[in-house]
Amino acid sequence: MIVEGRVIKLGDKIDTDVIIPAKHLKSTDPEYLAQHVFEPIDPEFYKKARGAIIVAGKVFGMGSSREQAAIAIKAAGVKAVVAESFARIFYRNAINNGLPAIACPGITDEVKDGDLITVNVETGEVKVGDKVLKGKGVSGMALEILRVGGLIEYLKRSQRGL
Amino acid sequence: MKTLTEKTLSRASGREVSPGDVVEVEVDLVAFHDLTGYHVLEVMEKVGVKRVFKPEGVVIAFDHLVPPPDVRSAEIQQAIRRFARELKLPNFHDVGYGILHQVLVEDYVLPGQVVIVADSHASTSGALGAFAQGMGASDVAAAAITGRTWLTVPQPFKVVLEGRPRQWITGKEVSLEMLKAFKADYFVGMSIEVFVEEPRAFPMDYRLTVANMGVEMNADALIFVPDEETSRYLEEMRGLRPSHLERPSPKAEYVDEYSINLEDVDFLVAAPNSVDNVKSVREVSGVEVDAVFIGSCTGGRLSDLEIAAKIMKGKRAKSRCIVVPASWRTFKKALELGYVQTLVEAGCMVTYGTCGPCIGGHFGVLGSGEVAVSTSNRNFVGRMGSPQSKVYLSGPAVAAATAVLGRIAEPGEVL
Repeated sequence: MIVEGRVIKLGDKIDTDVIIPAKHLKSTDPEYLAQHVFEPIDPEFYKKARGAIIVAGKVFGMGSSREQAAIAIKAAGVKAVVAESFARIFYRNAINNGLPAIACPGITDEVKDGDLITVNVETGEVKVGDKVLKGKGVSGMALEILRVGGLIEYLKRSQRGL
Repeated sequence: MKTLTEKTLSRASGREVSPGDVVEVEVDLVAFHDLTGYHVLEVMEKVGVKRVFKPEGVVIAFDHLVPPPDVRSAEIQQAIRRFARELKLPNFHDVGYGILHQVLVEDYVLPGQVVIVADSHASTSGALGAFAQGMGASDVAAAAITGRTWLTVPQPFKVVLEGRPRQWITGKEVSLEMLKAFKADYFVGMSIEVFVEEPRAFPMDYRLTVANMGVEMNADALIFVPDEETSRYLEEMRGLRPSHLERPSPKAEYVDEYSINLEDVDFLVAAPNSVDNVKSVREVSGVEVDAVFIGSCTGGRLSDLEIAAKIMKGKRAKSRCIVVPASWRTFKKALELGYVQTLVEAGCMVTYGTCGPCIGGHFGVLGSGEVAVSTSNRNFVGRMGSPQSKVYLSGPAVAAATAVLGRIAEPGEVL
């Protein structure tokens, strides 16, 4: 699974209240959520997100368990998130909603806003120009879930098998 | 030579596990509240399954949209109420019972259990010695259906609490001390196991606050090693006397170890806009404050109310002050002990059993430019209202003193 896109660069400790504020959590509609993604820091974010790859610093997605954070980013058209590290719950929510998440220590030193990067989701390799960084690929159970597009589809298939 | 984390996850997975292993585990309890619960039910509907692994294994308590501030919130609760009735779930709690995490520890969680909750502050249950993790709605739906989940066995880290805290220093200050020392990213992928050298000097209320804040440290789990204080709590709250409380092996190996001398812990706040932007109260003393919130799954327990009442007794709050005991039981006890009367006489607005202003949804959201001091858990941009508002996180003593003076203060300044 290879994804390519222009970088939107964000900082360290991007929290779920910034990704999607609590006032929007009474909905799970992807289109609605996409329009409010990153609203507290950039209300126009969704207009430039389509086809982009978010590159961020430490513990991206820290904070609440709201799955809408991953749904909103995915629905805004972001192809993947590459971060120095992820908060545990966000990482699972991303995979469970078919949004590739790659932890890649050192990425923020090598990448700037607008760079074109290529991410190999399984090996974790991130190509920036002629440089290759080694991140942590998605593997095991998480990869199985990501491959079928998310946990709902995965559960449907496994429940049918029961 | 196993840590408590390894012992618990070995039992739950049926095999000997080590840190880094990805394992499938059986879960003992699955829980959700109104705001995540409707999402859990939506996932179940999409999967096409309407059943749970065992009715008594699912705990539901309404807390986020309590009491419902709008029609949508009321309808979210109606849907979950119907679901609980149809599946005959015995552990369903409607509005007015308590915040889910408090309900879990008061009524359900036992040491050594695996607890999966559709809310990040699931970590709270670790205070009783459980392995408790928050997860998103899809993961929780999967766990509720199958009674199983997968997870990565975290790297164990040992924290030792030595000595006794000074007067009115609580679990909140201790958790801020840890965030000051390690910042919010250090414990990613780790399970913090906390040993208390003098168990009675650090009571369950304080432990619950530290465990609750474990998720703000981004730890995979935070577990207090069960001891005589754990036994006391289980007996007093539930009349239980477990015959055996699992503890780590004496020679268990940890990736690292850190000791905190409780006597040295000072009054601290997390300044805007990050939980690890920790400062001493003296550094920010004098910052004018519009609103004070004493409540939430972090800072709305009986000891928080007791401290606030003792500091505010006979005084009048200068800032507007909202107090929300974490559960009906906590509220009732605070009523019996006179804390509620004291706080009301001081001009506080008191209700119970709602997350209230902590999530910025209703019951006291902040306007732009406003400053709040809160005993809750997060001060992210816009968390409690306007993105232009600012939140300082504190323990109950600093919150109460601040309410009285209308500016950030230590309790010594009002007594």
